[in-house]
Amino acid sequence: MASALINVPPRARRGEIVEIKALISHVMETGHRRTQTGARIPRDIIRLFVCAYNGAEVFRAEFHPAIAANPFIAFSTLATESGTLTFTWTGDNGFSATESAAITVT
Amino acid sequence: MDRRAFLRLAGAGLGAAVAVSVRPADATPAAMEAAIRQVVGGAPVTPGRVKLELPPLSENGHAVPLTVSVESPMTEADHVRAIHVFTEINPLPEVATFRLGPRAGRARVSTRIRLANTQTVVAISELSDGSFWSDRANVVVTLAACLEEA
Amino acid sequence: MRRGLAVAGAVVGLAASALAGEIPMAERRSGYAFMRPETRAMQDDDTANPGMLWVLEGQALWGRKAGAAGRACVDCHGDARASMKGVAARQPAFDPAERRPLNLEQRINRCRVDRQQATALAWEGRDLLALTAYVARQSRGLPVDVGADPRARPFLEAGRATFYRRQGQLNLACRQCHDDHWGRQLAGNVIPQAHPTGYPLYRLEWQGLGSLQRRLRSCLVGIRAEPHDYGAPELVDLELYLMWRARGMPLEAPAVRP
Repeated sequence: MASALINVPPRARRGEIVEIKALISHVMETGHRRTQTGARIPRDIIRLFVCAYNGAEVFRAEFHPAIAANPFIAFSTLATESGTLTFTWTGDNGFSATESAAITVT
Repeated sequence: MDRRAFLRLAGAGLGAAVAVSVRPADATPAAMEAAIRQVVGGAPVTPGRVKLELPPLSENGHAVPLTVSVESPMTEADHVRAIHVFTEINPLPEVATFRLGPRAGRARVSTRIRLANTQTVVAISELSDGSFWSDRANVVVTLAACLEEA
Repeated sequence: MRRGLAVAGAVVGLAASALAGEIPMAERRSGYAFMRPETRAMQDDDTANPGMLWVLEGQALWGRKAGAAGRACVDCHGDARASMKGVAARQPAFDPAERRPLNLEQRINRCRVDRQQATALAWEGRDLLALTAYVARQSRGLPVDVGADPRARPFLEAGRATFYRRQGQLNLACRQCHDDHWGRQLAGNVIPQAHPTGYPLYRLEWQGLGSLQRRLRSCLVGIRAEPHDYGAPELVDLELYLMWRARGMPLEAPAVRP
């Protein structure tokens, strides 16, 4: 599976806004580049990133080739209850990756 | 000699595979306007409430940090549904769409984008009442992303 | 087209000006100092620095058994945070068996071949970069400490000679840009002093992590000189000189550069 780095604070107070950062290794080949002989290098990107909080989707990002290689995203969510945040990336050529992080909400 | 030709000769000396990009003819502000129409339909887009932060001068067009935020209470009744980002002269106008909602707490997203050359970037926010708001920012790109070999 | 003419103009300017000599110790600046704030922010935040993805992979490889000996790095070296602390800051270092300095990548491959009885990892391949990044990360913040060994001295001098020698079709010496004209603009970029304190590093231009040797080879291509093969003694000697020239400066690996 592709390497990914997730940053979620391990604990938060109920109602607090929690900052989340996610970084995943992926070439994000645009589909515009060509080899020296002129052949087009086919597109190969992550198209979708979804964050779910105890199963409920709380954030979604749809990526196009203009997102830089090794895509980075920072967003926020309200700390509602203790549980698990899951992060899923899907893309071209059947690409799929999942990470999760636990959060304790007091 | 222009940089692409220089690199091709240099690459021949290395014997390594070198990727080179060509900018397609449809990368224009008109393509961006068309892409924006696809999202907003016939609705008006009002400048304001959105803040698009990009460095005015980018170190390298391959990875330009972008932050977009929208003034909104982010309640069930009044929140940001989505933020769409577009560019003027990249080969494709769409960059990303972020879908939020009241659980976001705050409408603020950061990422890194590729910019093919010096150009304008536009962020359009769709609110829960169906209205659209926008901001734009100009970035000078000293080394183009989509046009150079990596 | 304009950019090509600007390079030619800069080349003419460099040829005409006087050579000023080595950068005084107090004036040495890492490439970090020449970067824009947003690029520095990318390096400073381990949760946003793309180079950390390679460090993460290197951490996994550290524990993975390999080769006929079925050994992982951890089996001999234990926790890298302790055993590898300071190691990257001392490379390249003189190796008595080879009777010449070896750099970190060469040391890793020596372990691969001799201790793990596995095949050497490919230069600039994902695994070698990941392991190098992981090991180098353990020295972050520590001062560069190479060149004191008298046995390394002839190789250091050979590296210095390379740094000072005009070469390539543009007939430029490294020192002309990096000792004499650092801080000035060349084709839209600021010329850094060329201290390798951040390697292996994530270069935005590469859209990936790469080694110092990759950067040196690109520089040689840039002055239209034939680049030496990865691992060539000329490149390791030059690495040694560059690290010695940066002695005392803190290691930043994995750095981010434009």
